[in-house]
Amino acid sequence: MEIWDLHAHLSGVPGDTPEARLGHLLEYADRMGVGRLCVFMGMEWSYDPTPEKLREDNDQVLRAIRAYPERAFGFVYLNPRHTQASLDELNRCVRDGPMVGVKLWVAERCHSASLDPLVERARELGALIFQHTWIKITGNLPGESTPMDLVALAKRHPTANFVCGHSGGDWEMGLRAIRAHPNVHADLGGGDPAAGLTEMAVRELGVDRVLYGSDIGGRSFASQLAKVHGAELSAASKRAILGENLRRLLSPILNAKGVKT
Amino acid sequence: MNRRDFLAGTMTTALAASAMTPQARGRAAPKAGGPLVDVNVTLGQWPTRRLPLDSAERLARKLREHGVQQAWAGTFDGLLHKDLGTANARLAETCRRVGGGLFKARGSVDPTRPDWEDEVRRCVDVHRMRGIRLHPNYHGYRLDHPAMGALLKVAAAARLIVEIAVVMEDERMMHPLMRVEPVDTAPLPDLIRAVPGSRVVLLNALRTVRAKPLLELMATGSVWVEVSMIEGLGGIRAILDQVPRDRLLFGSHAPLFYFESAWLKLVESSLADRELESIRWKAVQALD
Ligand SMILES: [Zn+2]
Repeated sequence: MEIWDLHAHLSGVPGDTPEARLGHLLEYADRMGVGRLCVFMGMEWSYDPTPEKLREDNDQVLRAIRAYPERAFGFVYLNPRHTQASLDELNRCVRDGPMVGVKLWVAERCHSASLDPLVERARELGALIFQHTWIKITGNLPGESTPMDLVALAKRHPTANFVCGHSGGDWEMGLRAIRAHPNVHADLGGGDPAAGLTEMAVRELGVDRVLYGSDIGGRSFASQLAKVHGAELSAASKRAILGENLRRLLSPILNAKGVKT
Repeated sequence: MNRRDFLAGTMTTALAASAMTPQARGRAAPKAGGPLVDVNVTLGQWPTRRLPLDSAERLARKLREHGVQQAWAGTFDGLLHKDLGTANARLAETCRRVGGGLFKARGSVDPTRPDWEDEVRRCVDVHRMRGIRLHPNYHGYRLDHPAMGALLKVAAAARLIVEIAVVMEDERMMHPLMRVEPVDTAPLPDLIRAVPGSRVVLLNALRTVRAKPLLELMATGSVWVEVSMIEGLGGIRAILDQVPRDRLLFGSHAPLFYFESAWLKLVESSLADRELESIRWKAVQALD
């Protein structure tokens, strides 16, 4: 079984170039038994990137994944506040390039109608759409989405595949929010390794909708892999979460691009 | 212990965990590494969630499977119960009854409550504890409270290790009625210097206590920290730039955290044999 990591970044990693940073990540991935990484966003992050900054971030990811085509897949970073620039990036990086997914972060809450053209194009291209979400008792950022926002978007696009980043952060709320929406999957990455998260995700969503991701850079492989290795779940469930589910979601677009899965 | 053996054993266990029965997993655990001491577990029930391993029996099994030979155990009742004496008595009883000597009880003390000195006396004289655990944020005081100095003196006189839990969970997802700030450790270095013989272990500290405040704590020579909240790629390796090897202990924060988180951190950072050995048990041996 090969572990596929849904959620990796070039930020917070040593190295002067994107390739060097990804190479560094892969050394650790090797040690931890992680086979493949989905990488998104550049070496320096921006909450509300300009079209120029989007291209720069995506160029860095392209450079990195071209150095390790068998090990890393790219998701294109978009900003719904720049519709045409985002559509152009989607076409450049996914239609004409090697990327297989979309990353949306905190520029705009994702229930907004401004996401519709981006989601529609991503769906046509077969790209998986990763939306950061969090429910913070300390208060969300102005453009930060909740899982409930994502559900509103997913209902408008029932045949697109979404990932609810961080399972909503406050996962006992987030998992409930997405429960009734089969095109929304749960990303386990990026929060503390709070025991019970993975068991609840499987109990409420079914094992097929639960995906291992680390948010590496900001987190460790150790704390995030522990959410699956340490869960009270069957061997088959752990294999599904650690790799098989993501492989199933990405296989159509990867195979269309000639990448063996 | 040989590092390759440890890594091989660890990875075998980690990666094949899914495919193994608990018994087989136990056999694969790295026993060759000598003792493993976990200074940060808690018994009882977390107030807002049932945890997969919140029975002492199940937690003991998990720890034993991974080669833990000693676990310093506080009680979740120590966070919110007013009658800490009874909470500590229950904890001591559980630690005697479950785990075959695995658990070493750490009673909760709040030095701002009436007659707290008797709580300490019972921990020492009645329950034979070697350490106590403080939850200043859940108990509503800051470390510059005058009672802290008094507590450190009493503890030093009784040769008690003082554990301070800096946080228990992510502030962003706390229950709305149970929100607390991380403990501010800034007053500690002066307090500790004023009480010779103090030995303080900070639990769950290394997310919020970094850089200068951490270096100042380390400079006292009387403060230890543990790995449970270290994050980032190869986090233990990075923290060893700030924390001397003999001040860094193994702590899992189980069962609130998956035990495997701390355990896999030992694998993720490429550590020298001496470093691993120190974190697993040698540093704590010097302390206990
Ligand atoms: Zn992320």
